[in-house]
Amino acid sequence: MLKIKDLRVSIEDKEIIKGFNLEVNAGEVHAIMGPNGSGKSTLAAVLAGRDMFRVTGGKVLYNGEDLLEKSPEQRAKEGLFLGFQYPIEIPGVSMVNFLKTAVNELRKYRGQKQLSATDFLKMMREKKELVEIDSTLTNRSVNEGFSGGEKKKNEIFQMAMLEPKLSILDETDSGLDIDALRVVANGVNKLKSKERASIVITHYQRLLDYIIPDFVHVLYDGRIVKSGGKDLALLLEEKGYEWIKEEAET
Amino acid sequence: MKKEQDKILGKVTGSEYEFGFYTDIEQDSIGKGLNEDVIRQISARKKEPRFMLDFRLKAYRHWLTMEMPRWAKLNIPDIDYQDFIYYSAPKRKKKPKSMDEVDPELIETFNKLGIPLEEQKHLAGVAVDAVMDSVSVKTTFKETLAELGIIFCSFSEAVREHPDLVKKYMGSVVPYTDNYFAALNSAVFSDGSFCYIPKGVRCPMELSTYFRINAANTGQFERTLIVAEDSSYVSYMEGCTAPQRDENQLHAAIVEIVAMDNAHVKYATVQNWYPGDKEGKGGIYNFVTKRGICKGDNSKISWAQVETGSAITWKYPGCILKGNNSTGEFYSVAVTNNQQQADTGTKMIHIGKNTKSVIVSKGISAGRSNNSYRGLVKVLRGAENARNFSQCDSLLLGDKCGAHTFPYIETDNSTAIVEHEATTSKIGEDQIFYCNQRGISTEDAIGLIVNGYAKEVLNKLPMEFAVEAQKLLQISLEGSVG
Repeated sequence: MLKIKDLRVSIEDKEIIKGFNLEVNAGEVHAIMGPNGSGKSTLAAVLAGRDMFRVTGGKVLYNGEDLLEKSPEQRAKEGLFLGFQYPIEIPGVSMVNFLKTAVNELRKYRGQKQLSATDFLKMMREKKELVEIDSTLTNRSVNEGFSGGEKKKNEIFQMAMLEPKLSILDETDSGLDIDALRVVANGVNKLKSKERASIVITHYQRLLDYIIPDFVHVLYDGRIVKSGGKDLALLLEEKGYEWIKEEAET
Repeated sequence: MKKEQDKILGKVTGSEYEFGFYTDIEQDSIGKGLNEDVIRQISARKKEPRFMLDFRLKAYRHWLTMEMPRWAKLNIPDIDYQDFIYYSAPKRKKKPKSMDEVDPELIETFNKLGIPLEEQKHLAGVAVDAVMDSVSVKTTFKETLAELGIIFCSFSEAVREHPDLVKKYMGSVVPYTDNYFAALNSAVFSDGSFCYIPKGVRCPMELSTYFRINAANTGQFERTLIVAEDSSYVSYMEGCTAPQRDENQLHAAIVEIVAMDNAHVKYATVQNWYPGDKEGKGGIYNFVTKRGICKGDNSKISWAQVETGSAITWKYPGCILKGNNSTGEFYSVAVTNNQQQADTGTKMIHIGKNTKSVIVSKGISAGRSNNSYRGLVKVLRGAENARNFSQCDSLLLGDKCGAHTFPYIETDNSTAIVEHEATTSKIGEDQIFYCNQRGISTEDAIGLIVNGYAKEVLNKLPMEFAVEAQKLLQISLEGSVG
């Protein structure tokens, strides 16, 4: 599904991603862990098409096509979803209106009929139940005045609505209490299927108590320095990142 | 994103003003220029009673003593008033008795504008008075309204059929001495709409007028007069378009509203005059005086406007709150793009006790445009417990446009409470990217955000206008994010 080969990314002449390789297949859950500043969020932003970063080398293939050539909305329509670390507030735009536009854009792209208002509201109700989010959230403006936890749950809710093929969750667990963490993890688990894949970017191991990854990668200084199974996450939790740094630097 | 923007920009600057077509229809005009003789000719062609001609001449003579106002934050080129045609009317042999007799070209024009003149539009429940260039073409629904005693007709017809009402109220809210453009309009106005709601009557449908400038070098000077007697209610709307022309055209209108005891008048307008091209060539100069008086106790006048057109807009719909407990409201969205300039706002004059006013102004500037809010809240000595709340928000798209706010507050009564809130914001790249990531294009994202921003005002418009306004906002701003 996703093949990243020797990806290099800079912002204002500072190289952040320094030769990154990763292959994700349908049905897999990958966790990317790493200390602060290792390039985790940059990676997520580049994959989603944020234009403040400059790709200086390497390739990203998504379903066999060059991902980096595509506009952000094109990537989204082809099933790439980014769960934002800091979801953006859009005052005055209701969640209903926002998601209706997004869902119908997606349907148009797939050659499906536009959803009627009734069908759309029904879909919203079902997905809200699925991801167990407070139903009053959707009556408000996009993320406006949401608490940190509400914003993250809202990202998961949007993911459920848009049914992406590849979800990239950028530190969706940061700043969450255990309940919210459980809701987020549940959402991810319920949406898991053979056709879909997820990349879960996290600093802490605790999210991985709820989302069991097939692979764990440790990102340090712009490249993956260690890969393994879920046990690697436990090891990191126990020993911290220091030994990885030392290993990487020697 | 830069590349994407350029692409959209290219597309939009290539796209044209939707209503820029011109109808090839025979015109009956008076030659260019303005003098007493032209005014006499206008009055004669309209077969006006003597009092109208006198009014026009007094206004004209007063206008000659005045100078064009220069205080607005507008860059207004010198206007040669002798270079305009002051009377132009679609030519017709005799008065049409039915739709069949109306010039098909004219009907075609109105169809293009989406104006409900015909039977099918009957269902929409809108009574329309359509004014093209200077003359009112046909007023629908007159009979239905007449049964209730409501008069809704062209201004010319009102002058002929209801001279007493016209004489009594015309110029009572906006006297011809009010300002330069009001004087000019009073001298040369050609038509407009007249609306009279008798005591205790609630007008069962939205009344609406469409204005259109068609002929070249023509000024459009229409007058609207709305009188709402005790305990009556009316909702009135106006829409405007003009063909696309290289030369500038002049539009100087007057709207007067009178609300008696317990009367409520809602006035909504969507102004979409041709704004000129992206270099600022052509476009309408829109100098308009709109004012309502809450003459009676507990009366209410609400203004709602969506201003997206015109090269220059100079317009301050206001309320004189004379009756005790009367209320004035002003809801405005003004959009400027490319080289457009707008200086718009309101005046709320509190005279009666316990009078209230609400001002919500949403400015949106894009391109190299300048958008100013200018508002006056004045509380006179006798206006015990007057209340005003003003909110003036500006939204900027790109970094070459300007947004300015000029609030004037004058209070002579210490019991008055006047509040003013203002914000300035930008559509952030973060917001656009967030929408993009959910599959929403940059253009649609701007549409969503701008309509969300203007929602408070759009909600005040009648339903069919709100839909039109939403589309218009998005079209006006296409490709303007930078």
